[in-house]
Amino acid sequence: MNAAAERLYRGVRRLGGGRRPVGRWVVIALPYLWLAVFFLVPFLIVLKIAFANIQLSMPPVEPVLTWTADKVLQLRFHFSNFAFVFGDELYIAAFLNSLKVAGVSTILALLIGYPMAYGIARAPGAWRNILFLLVVLPFFTSFLLRVYAWLGLLGRNGPINDVLLALGLVHEPLQMLQTDFAVYLGMVYSYLPFMILPLYSAIEKLDLTLLEAAADLGCRPTKAFFTITLPLTKEGIFAGCLLVFIPAVGEYVIPALLGGPDTLMIGRVVWDEFFGNRDWPVASALAIVLLAILSGFVLLLQRVQAREGEA
Amino acid sequence: MPGRRSLFVLMALAFGFAFLYLPILAMIIYSFNASRLVTVWDSANSPTLAWYVELFHNAPIMESARLSFRIASVNATGAVILGTLAAFALERYRRFRGRALFGLLTTAPMVLPEVITGLSLLLLFVALDQAVGWPGGRGATTITIAHITFSMAYVIVVIQARLATVDRSLEEAAMDLGARPWKVFFVITLPLIMPAIASGWVLAFILSWDDLVITSFVSGPSSTTLPQLVFSKVRLGVSPDINALATILVLIVTVCVLVAGSYMIRMERRRARDAQAAFDPAP
Repeated sequence: MNAAAERLYRGVRRLGGGRRPVGRWVVIALPYLWLAVFFLVPFLIVLKIAFANIQLSMPPVEPVLTWTADKVLQLRFHFSNFAFVFGDELYIAAFLNSLKVAGVSTILALLIGYPMAYGIARAPGAWRNILFLLVVLPFFTSFLLRVYAWLGLLGRNGPINDVLLALGLVHEPLQMLQTDFAVYLGMVYSYLPFMILPLYSAIEKLDLTLLEAAADLGCRPTKAFFTITLPLTKEGIFAGCLLVFIPAVGEYVIPALLGGPDTLMIGRVVWDEFFGNRDWPVASALAIVLLAILSGFVLLLQRVQAREGEA
Repeated sequence: MPGRRSLFVLMALAFGFAFLYLPILAMIIYSFNASRLVTVWDSANSPTLAWYVELFHNAPIMESARLSFRIASVNATGAVILGTLAAFALERYRRFRGRALFGLLTTAPMVLPEVITGLSLLLLFVALDQAVGWPGGRGATTITIAHITFSMAYVIVVIQARLATVDRSLEEAAMDLGARPWKVFFVITLPLIMPAIASGWVLAFILSWDDLVITSFVSGPSSTTLPQLVFSKVRLGVSPDINALATILVLIVTVCVLVAGSYMIRMERRRARDAQAAFDPAP
């Protein structure tokens, strides 16, 4: 190897931090660079545009950073978009309603998911794998098509109305599509597996001898459940609830397909501001506020999962 | 534990799985219904395969399915390559500058609402177009980049979990015998984490194949993926050929998951046996 090549090689090695091989540097830098360019930078742009003014051009935003005639870099921040977002009752209502829909759906999913997770974790060996697979399978089938499946079921001449009419429970078909009921149903249906999986792993880890000891000491099963099983699977409950709640707040497809025109959810409002009104700055400001609301829950989820990892 | 409570649990299981599967089952049954009204059973002419025939003659659907398949394959491959590197960095290089930010960047795409990810990526592409004239409008390229960015996070989770269970002593032994780090990776580590790489690829493929919201933000007028086409159709109500499409997709996914599941169990057993054999002295 000649001297120049030798020097170059050493230089490259030094980039990776002293004696460490260059391979390590590449392993870290490649995905890091990708995420920085396609994930971190886009955020900064959203933040920037949230502070920009709308204008009639492509892209429909005024630049925040400009050079003035006398070569001075000018920064113009407009807080008007945020003032607009917080001043408009429609946006406030959309945020509040998203939190409500997500919260209620989470509780419903927990009430349905907990007994299911319990049943699967306590099922005999061979059955447990099959049931577990049956919970995972919907993960892999199209989200969109699973939401679509309810369009047929809930329709005016769908099978649910047929059954209700045949039983004489109602005298004319119920309007179920385009209602909040349909949105709740779609949410619980779509996110139920997210609830069951962490619950399942928490319940499976539970030490059964504790329950046996309680039973030996004369504790009734119901009381044992509330004093032993439930507290010991708390982490699973937290993780499951957050995994349902967080994506549900920003959900777009379910309210768009199953909800009515008055089902206000923030994901849908961002979409409409962007595609319908072409108001990029307001859409960006809404996204920033949504992010601020969710980041607290996301941090909570990370803490719960870290603790779960240690356990 | 027998008794009253297990009856309650059994009923919860029955109800829960009925809730999860009856809608899909209904969709499959209605795909054989001759009536255009989908949920009104036309017993004179059903069951029929008419909608399947129509589906395969529907040029836009076939076109968008091909596009989705292409994007999903390229995405899965890219996500697995970047995801493996990232998982390796996170699992094996415990300390490096900016590790905390790296950890955040690799998990955030999973929990962020899709409207935010989609919006931010679109704004990036518009800004890049203005600044450097690339990617020159939106289409398959921008969709693929967006998909790699969010599906990579899931791949990292799968591969990192696997890497954590790999017995380091095998790698150390190879290293002691003089193998270079790259060789150790390709000869020892890679085969050991292959099941995770395979499932990561499938997961990334499905995430991309299925994505609607992010895609809608970063796609152009000339590129319509299958979910976009399906969404624009079903917004107007139920449609019989979509039921046929759904049935085919559900069938494919079910078969894939079953095959992959049994394959992974077999691989797992073989790996455990091999590892055992490597440690046990020959008789």
